[in-house]
Amino acid sequence: MNKYYMSSLLAVFALAAVAYFGSMGLPWLFGILLPYAAVVVFVLGFARKVMGWARSPVPFRITTTSGQQQSLPWIQQARIDNPSSTVGVIVRMALEVLTFRSLFRNTRMKLHDGGKFSYNLEIFLWVGALAFHYAFLTTLVRHTRFFFEPTPLCIQFLENADSFFRFEIIYDFIQFGLPGIYVSGLVLFAAAVYLFLRRLFVSNVRYISLASDYFPLFLIIGIAFTGILMRYFTKVDITAIKELTMGLITLKALTFQVPEGISALFYIHLFFVSVLLVYFPFSKLMHMGGVFLSPTRNMTGNTRQVRHTNPWNPPVKVHTYEAYEDEYREKMIEAGLPVEKMPEPKVEKPTEEEKKE
Amino acid sequence: MSDETPKPDELFGKIDYRTPAKGWMDTPVNIRKGMYCYASNPKSVKNLGLPNARAWNPLEDDWKLPENWQQILHEGFKERLDKFRSIKIFMDICVRCGACADKCHFFIGTGDPKNMPVLRAELLRSIYRNDFTPTGKIFGRLAGARPMTLEVLKEWWYYLFQCSECRRCSVYCPYGIDTAEITIFGRELLNLIGLNIDWIATPVSNCYNTGNHLGIQPHAFKDMLNFFVEDIEEITGIHVEPQYNKKGADILFITPSGDVFADPGTYTCMGYMLLFHYLKEKYGLDVTWSTYASEGGNFGFFTSHETMKRLNAKMYNEARRLGVKWILGGECGHMWRVISQYMDTMNGPADFLETPVNPITGTRFENAASTKMVHIAEFTADLIRHGKLELDPGRNDNKIISFHDSCNPSRGMGMFDEPRYVIKNVANNFYDMPANTIREQTFCCGSGSGLNAGEDMELRMAGGLPRANAVKHVHETYGVNMLACVCAIDRAALPTSMEYWVPDVDVTGVHELVANALILPGEQDRTTDLRGEPLPGMEDADEG
Repeated sequence: MNKYYMSSLLAVFALAAVAYFGSMGLPWLFGILLPYAAVVVFVLGFARKVMGWARSPVPFRITTTSGQQQSLPWIQQARIDNPSSTVGVIVRMALEVLTFRSLFRNTRMKLHDGGKFSYNLEIFLWVGALAFHYAFLTTLVRHTRFFFEPTPLCIQFLENADSFFRFEIIYDFIQFGLPGIYVSGLVLFAAAVYLFLRRLFVSNVRYISLASDYFPLFLIIGIAFTGILMRYFTKVDITAIKELTMGLITLKALTFQVPEGISALFYIHLFFVSVLLVYFPFSKLMHMGGVFLSPTRNMTGNTRQVRHTNPWNPPVKVHTYEAYEDEYREKMIEAGLPVEKMPEPKVEKPTEEEKKE
Repeated sequence: MSDETPKPDELFGKIDYRTPAKGWMDTPVNIRKGMYCYASNPKSVKNLGLPNARAWNPLEDDWKLPENWQQILHEGFKERLDKFRSIKIFMDICVRCGACADKCHFFIGTGDPKNMPVLRAELLRSIYRNDFTPTGKIFGRLAGARPMTLEVLKEWWYYLFQCSECRRCSVYCPYGIDTAEITIFGRELLNLIGLNIDWIATPVSNCYNTGNHLGIQPHAFKDMLNFFVEDIEEITGIHVEPQYNKKGADILFITPSGDVFADPGTYTCMGYMLLFHYLKEKYGLDVTWSTYASEGGNFGFFTSHETMKRLNAKMYNEARRLGVKWILGGECGHMWRVISQYMDTMNGPADFLETPVNPITGTRFENAASTKMVHIAEFTADLIRHGKLELDPGRNDNKIISFHDSCNPSRGMGMFDEPRYVIKNVANNFYDMPANTIREQTFCCGSGSGLNAGEDMELRMAGGLPRANAVKHVHETYGVNMLACVCAIDRAALPTSMEYWVPDVDVTGVHELVANALILPGEQDRTTDLRGEPLPGMEDADEG
């Protein structure tokens, strides 16, 4: 039993309970005020965090050079993994952001009998992460249909592509069919569960995991789960929900009139999303913004070719050559090393005996 | 190696990858003999004017810290968050995916979970959250925050000196989080309250005074190179004449002082001397050494940014004083990280130098257009490519060679093909190690970043295991008996590690191999290599 994931799980259940009971008495709070507040906190918090990062300078260009440098003309440079041009950096960043390239390199260390190590490609984390993020993105984009009337064509295309898989039984006697199944929602749910199980069962990962790693995962699993429930298993009043969401986007909801007939499940779903938005800027989820600013990836590696300037570059105390020579001049002369300054000829003081004479 | 260091199979048997039952925040640090370096000599710290010099012992309870040490650390942390975007971002965005966990050679060699890069960083992040983030302040441990205590400080010190800043983990991190930068930052904080290690502080102090880590004074530096002159004459019949502090030379040559001091680096040093002699005789190349800038390495880099800058300044200062055209740098790892990613920014612009052009081949080193400093592997590769060196690779035929990519020229520069090209042209038997252990995925020798002391031998051997294991593989598969590298710390550390893990493999610098193969004008019939060992086919030749 791990207190970190238990506390996170309980927190998410508590949030669900809050939304369930709260929405009965205060639908406007959960349907209108909190979503608005959440969006404001998200936007401001996100911007504040990113601007906070941007405020700190990048004093040195310390890129991770993951490939052959640009060097002699006959040596093939790794233009993407060790870029020396802006185009190279853009491609490198695009691959990082869109395909998680660095993560794709992941290997797993294994110690074999006989004392040999192997480091083989381990792509499951990469697959899981990619599935998770793309499913999330698709789901998110798909949901913009709630904020347009009529639904734009491009969103409809996306929905059709997403729901290419249909489950229908059409007989004379039985006519049964689920609405088009959105692959994205199921993949999102499955990938988030995978990422959780990975944290639970891979001992190293369990050891490093904090409550703040489990909490957002449970929250997202909760969002996906309530979404799936609403779409496939319980009837929700989609017209009323769309009326609410259209009201939110057009600011008509500021009258705080909530349409009738919206189920508690929807409020739980919406509350989870609101909590996620509020939580986002204060958590590790900010990797979404940070990945663009990561100094080891978003700069060129040609540090010897183009000078990078450091806005704070204080003068330091240096042991100068002059001081060095002063210290070692005689030894240097004796060893036949060139010096800048020959010592002044010594004025020979007469010794005691000489004085007597 | 001290008697207390466990035998290889004992050390191997000790590795345990199972995670402890207790969480890491509840597992107090156990500072163990063989795994840490001695505290710094206060004299060295004082000589550099660094804060809080005092005698202290890591094994004692009382570290004799300044009274307000927590405040010093807090303010130091804050100041650096405002100075380094990297640190600020790295503190915030780690998602603890665990991709880095098994990439660290110290983790692989010890199984200690706090050697997983992510946890090493969490040691600092936990304090960051507590001191600087609202969630950390409100939720405390649930948000992964904890207050700074003496226990935590000791943990910092112990594990920040179990990271060799090799950056292997950074290659795999989806956000490019660079543990080396975090370690550098953490060590800089520790430096504020005088928690340095002597293997770093004393070389830094030496280097500040004499120009090199070993404290070699100018006349002695010349004497040491003169020994090599004699050895070279004995082996090749050629009398080389290195030049020192020569004004108006074309090129200033700087290499780590380790190569002047200890085998097998000394053979690499002889290699440079022979190469320069050859180029002078044949093409009139005018290279000078400097006794003032007689250190390529920079242990200041392992202390603080300021100390690094203070030591590094000598390179450009000396180049300016001597009026050379550009600087050539020898084989060294962290030296090249400093040159590649810091020097020009800290101590440049070097507008008093020219964009390096190889006067023999006419090649302009565009990639060094701003720092004006060329790596000798680039330089030699260019010479070979243009057919400017007369070589007999057969002289290296008794060596079956593999190449160890040193961390810093790999992940802080990207120099992979140049040294391989040179080796393949001066020797006939070359085999790379498995792909996931070389180039940008290379493993540290286990002793980088100032950890190559004697007292932490167990740590070094454990950290050296992954590299040695890959060498063992090519040793068993191809009969590799010589490990080439371009790093002075490697040349100091790998022989010990090889003797420990793969006893039949020796270590060499690339330019030792070059000099063995180089056919010098007017040389005598060479019967031995630079080490005085018989050349292939000369095993029965008379010794004199």
